[in-house]
Amino acid sequence: MKHLLSIDDLSTDEILQLFETAADMHDVQRREVKKLPVLRGRTVVNMFFEDSTRTRSSFEIAGKWLSADVINVSAKGSSTSKGESLRDTVLTVCAMGVDGLVIRHPASGAAVQVSQWVDAAVVNAGDGMHEHPTQALLDAYTLQRHLGSLEGRHVAIIGDLTHSRVFRSNVQCLTRLGARVTVVAPPTLMPSGIGAWSAAAGFETSYDLDAVLPEADAVMMLRVQRERMSGAFFPSAREYTVGYGLTRNRLALLKPDVPICHPGPMNRGLEIAADAADAAQSVVLEQVSGGLAIRMAVLYHLLAGDTRGGIA
Amino acid sequence: MPAPDDTVLDVSDRTERTVLDARDISRALTRISHELLERNKGATDLVLLGLHTRGVPLARRIAERIAAVEGTPVAVGELDVTMYRDDLRSQPTRRAHKTALPPGGIDEKVVVLVDDVLFSGRTIRAALDALADLGRPGAVRLAVLVDRGHRELPIRADHVGKNLPSALAERVSVRLAEVDGTDEVTIS
Repeated sequence: MKHLLSIDDLSTDEILQLFETAADMHDVQRREVKKLPVLRGRTVVNMFFEDSTRTRSSFEIAGKWLSADVINVSAKGSSTSKGESLRDTVLTVCAMGVDGLVIRHPASGAAVQVSQWVDAAVVNAGDGMHEHPTQALLDAYTLQRHLGSLEGRHVAIIGDLTHSRVFRSNVQCLTRLGARVTVVAPPTLMPSGIGAWSAAAGFETSYDLDAVLPEADAVMMLRVQRERMSGAFFPSAREYTVGYGLTRNRLALLKPDVPICHPGPMNRGLEIAADAADAAQSVVLEQVSGGLAIRMAVLYHLLAGDTRGGIA
Repeated sequence: MPAPDDTVLDVSDRTERTVLDARDISRALTRISHELLERNKGATDLVLLGLHTRGVPLARRIAERIAAVEGTPVAVGELDVTMYRDDLRSQPTRRAHKTALPPGGIDEKVVVLVDDVLFSGRTIRAALDALADLGRPGAVRLAVLVDRGHRELPIRADHVGKNLPSALAERVSVRLAEVDGTDEVTIS
């Protein structure tokens, strides 16, 4: 594994090994000295061309706890705002001797493109509507800790599928681990051409949330991404909530103790009601600490060893 | 303790020879347990930390022996030093094992690191670094089943099951029932 650009880059074994390493990294979070010396002398740059709180700070803390030097570059306040191209910005930063490049970009495929320009290990932290592999890994990791194994378990993914890179990465990751996945969205937010993909990848689609919820072993709510919506995808926020929000009434449809995930940031009252977000079975904050562990594991496997090799 | 057997030094002979059998290992561990108790004047504040992989069952066995002699349980944990090794860079990334400290922690305790073979000393150096991140022991000691020499760092063991002078090219293998299904130490 030289880069982490897509869940497709990982074998099932590599995913499970990342989870095992993440469990060790999780223990480090509880220590008084939260530091491992594995990336001493390595430099990691977080390049974020889109707003982010949790992903960027998660990668930053992960790098720092592994003793790497971490630098953040964001589009605002960088040469990008002066008109520099992505390629020039990336090459400039890499000319400073960077070992790892964590990149988030509004254009789908940006991370793959960047990985072809540089020698550094590239981690895709979200590219447009394409993929967000570390989010999928942390979601599956969190669910695995709750459900034991994902083999044969039924995960429902609900929300704005069209604009969601989290959904695209998650479907690949969860089906790879043997989970049965059903994705639910209003027809306007169901990606066009999903029929062929779902048939090939082996997941189900539905427009009827109330029919799916009672048989789910885990529920994953997606954020309604207003910043990516130029047209009218649903008549009103209220109408979306009535049809596809995880409301208090729908909470009662779930089997007891079914974990509820949300990648954040949450639009409370739109796709998820406060009753669900703050319910005892909500694992939103565990996703955050699990995300840190997963990102530590990813940086460890990409950068700690002989960077020419894979996971041993 | 059996006298060191110098005849095992024949490098040209590549066949595997048993230098410690199950009863030898058992006797060595019993002696180490008594030495630890004598040195520590009892089992108070003693924490046995086994180094992965085979140090872990060795630490458990020593703990059982100490508990049998003293009548009180002794704290046992396991320590993984993968993240602290100095050769991480030169190898493909390795999977770490679990580090598990006993509930009382290691602060101000007498920590005994337990490993199967003491060779270059680099694993122990890594273990000392790992300990510094986990707490501040009152003292750290080292117990090993086999010391085969060829140190690359100024490190020595406090308790040794068997000193096994060996050539660098030789291979010392420790097999334990918990991991390998049988108890023996061989050289080849």
